[in-house]
Amino acid sequence: MTTNPTPDGDAVTTAAAADPDALRAEHINKRFGAVTALHDVNLHLGKGEVLGLLGDNGAGKSTLLKIMCGFQPPSSGRLVLNGEEVVLKSVDHARELGIDAVYQDLALINQLSVYHNMFLNREIVRGRLLNNRAMKRITQEQLDRIGIDIPSIDVEVAKLSGGQRQAIAVARSVSSDAKVLLLDEPLAAMGAKEAAMILELIKDLKQQGEVSIVMIAHNYGQALEVCDRINLLQHGEITFDKLSKDTSVQELNDIVIEEYRRALADRQKSA
Amino acid sequence: MSETAEQHAEVGGQPPAKPPASGTGNVLRRAGAVFIRQREATILVVTVALLVYFSVASSSFLTASNISNLLSGYAAPIILLAIGEVLLLICGEIDLSVGFVLTFSPFLMHYLIDYYSVPVIPAILLCLLFGVIVGWVNAFLTVTVGLPSFITTLGTGFILYGLVLTTSNAYPATIPVKAASYAKIFGTQSGFGQWSPIIWGVVLVIIFQIVLTRTRYGLHTIATGGNLLGARESGINVARVKYTAFMITGFMGALAGLQTAFYDNTIDPSAGQYTPMFFAVTAAVIGGTAMLGGTGTIIGAFLGAIVLATLQDGLSILGISANPLDIIFGAAIIIAMIANVRLARLRAAGRD
Repeated sequence: MTTNPTPDGDAVTTAAAADPDALRAEHINKRFGAVTALHDVNLHLGKGEVLGLLGDNGAGKSTLLKIMCGFQPPSSGRLVLNGEEVVLKSVDHARELGIDAVYQDLALINQLSVYHNMFLNREIVRGRLLNNRAMKRITQEQLDRIGIDIPSIDVEVAKLSGGQRQAIAVARSVSSDAKVLLLDEPLAAMGAKEAAMILELIKDLKQQGEVSIVMIAHNYGQALEVCDRINLLQHGEITFDKLSKDTSVQELNDIVIEEYRRALADRQKSA
Repeated sequence: MSETAEQHAEVGGQPPAKPPASGTGNVLRRAGAVFIRQREATILVVTVALLVYFSVASSSFLTASNISNLLSGYAAPIILLAIGEVLLLICGEIDLSVGFVLTFSPFLMHYLIDYYSVPVIPAILLCLLFGVIVGWVNAFLTVTVGLPSFITTLGTGFILYGLVLTTSNAYPATIPVKAASYAKIFGTQSGFGQWSPIIWGVVLVIIFQIVLTRTRYGLHTIATGGNLLGARESGINVARVKYTAFMITGFMGALAGLQTAFYDNTIDPSAGQYTPMFFAVTAAVIGGTAMLGGTGTIIGAFLGAIVLATLQDGLSILGISANPLDIIFGAAIIIAMIANVRLARLRAAGRD
């Protein structure tokens, strides 16, 4: 200790900088009563990486995401953000630390304008009143920078298409200085054209290199298209971890079909 | 394709500094479009039409004493309660008990001053605090315990009324002598005091319209009612939003109770109850507040209250029996709701 000339503070900073992972989930367990939703999950997200999280319905993808964004605590296990262990107290707390999630329902308020949604719960105020002009200006800048084209930031988001709404939700997270972005099925229920717009957006974000992304997906083709690496979650455990270039839609399909076969066999056995 | 482009330009593309050069027709058309886009447009037209009709129909309508009676006697209590109900309806709740807060609060003032020798100003402040506490209890039972607010406030309303009847033996009381000099502030039948209730009403409407449309709390209220889960996921403290709305409503009930007592110069157990609360909800609905949560306007509710008051006051001045009034109110609620739904659909279709 005494021989080390570097003060502790610096040592920590160096360790943080040296850590190649933006976020790590270590030995995460989550139980809801008698149900074990997650079992000893280890997941790591490299800096600037886009990680695809695949898995069957009910495999625990959303549960894991909600733990990583501070919406709910794990039963046990820990999160490491930039090399330092963090205990997320709330969604707000996670957001302060730079982790932001885009939920499946997008958490957009239909009745509010695009720019009010962009600044939801972190509104710019002048005194006690909303500074709408500043929020409009910054919203327009952000959307232009990320490359999202919508008719007007004054319209209620109810009037936007599914893809535009998803884009707004992603843009909101990015513009709130999120360094780790957790996307829960950003392409769900979206046509090819809309999905292409979101994939394009994620690719752009990757190119800009400012954010690391975990993305839950169902469509393997789309996931391989945009993700650097794929993790597969089955029955609350991560059973597969490969770089996208080392796997294929075929391989992923085979794994899942195998899972179905096993489930089917189990049913027949118990019947 | 060209349609979308045109819409684009119309909605947000044009800088407002440069008006279109195509003459007054276009300006009028655009003004019309902007006007109809306002939720309050329909109700404003109805309000003006009614006021014009009654002023023409009766020479005694447009007199200071009648107008003050209309605004302060009929409209003001509805306006105050409606401010609270609009906030609650926006965040997906309702308060059926607030009319009984109105009934109870002047009795409480009477008890505090006449039985417990509390000085007037603290007594009045305690009455207002009492309203806030009732709101808190309503919120606690609704938000924290998890009962539907319809049930919660049905229950607390009964309890409050029972308290009024038990403590007063169902007899009216007179305004405490010591408080009489404060009547001007809350409302009297003549002099400056006859305008006090409506001044309170207008000031509070302006304040809360600003709160609703220009503050974080207002935005969060809309978010809470528009998408409860989404609001929560965004980190909005939806419980606090609802607690606040209930407490504001309770406060308004207590203030309206004091106003009514001073204005009528009596503390009456038959004042208040369900009628002003239902009028307030009616005012909110015909003013453009949907019952579905997420949308609402306090200015609209204000105009709605003026409409209800004008009908009550105007028909009585014309000597028409008040009996069919409820038929008109009922029809007005339904027509207003249909109009709102239609307009909302038009707006959604972008054809406004």
